Amino acid sequence: MPSTDREVGVRIAVDRVLCTGHGVCARTLPGRIRLDEWGYPIVEAVAVDPVDADLAVKLCPARALYLR
Amino acid sequence: MTGQTLWFISRATGTVSLILFTTIVVLGMVIAGRRAPHGDSATIVMGLHRWLSLGSLAFLALHIVTAIADGYVSVGWLSTILPFTSVYRTFWVGLGTLAVDILLAVVVTSYLRHRMPERSWKAIHWLSYAMWPFALIHGFAMGTASEPLLRWLTVLCGAAGAAAVAWRLRTTHADRERRALVNFQEWS
Repeated sequence: MPSTDREVGVRIAVDRVLCTGHGVCARTLPGRIRLDEWGYPIVEAVAVDPVDADLAVKLCPARALYLR
Repeated sequence: MTGQTLWFISRATGTVSLILFTTIVVLGMVIAGRRAPHGDSATIVMGLHRWLSLGSLAFLALHIVTAIADGYVSVGWLSTILPFTSVYRTFWVGLGTLAVDILLAVVVTSYLRHRMPERSWKAIHWLSYAMWPFALIHGFAMGTASEPLLRWLTVLCGAAGAAAVAWRLRTTHADRERRALVNFQEWS
């Protein structure tokens, strides 16, 4: 199990069908999510601070980011 | 407070509300019609769109409360939610009431977005295309038409919003095009 999963936090995931590639999550969760060359998110670390995750989920324009 | 103070507050907050609504519409068009795939600005625009929408409610509430509390003209508390019930300038006040109703629906559904179907949220959110012109016409007909500066401000708001809507209709985005194309595909 990667060390990031043992950190205190909630787990985030991207709904690939809903995601329309606004790229907002890469800014609200820097270091956790980066964008591929087409602007779609790549989740690099699923464990995220709950407050940050909450804001990122709220600010996703496509409602594609969610907590697991 | 004298009646005139309330009237001035009502007029001022109404004007600020209109400017805020126009800004929110423009920001919404920028979100919907985005061009850059890696927009840093997308996050700022998204945040502004949400928080200005919430902030505008304060100005709108003050606008409504002072307009009715003023008492110089008879509007009535019922017409805050029920359109076309105002004794004073029934139609033009009614347009403002309709705009308030739509705004409340849009704000409430946006806060419940995670608990409702995306299509319902979107359908209600699209009502903003009616809400903004209602507010604009309400403002132009009632408050600003007699004052050149405010009249031009209203016209400017109208032009800015219309330009943003026109821009949004003309934009293309790879994701949206691909989804539209898939909808036309035959599933065998």
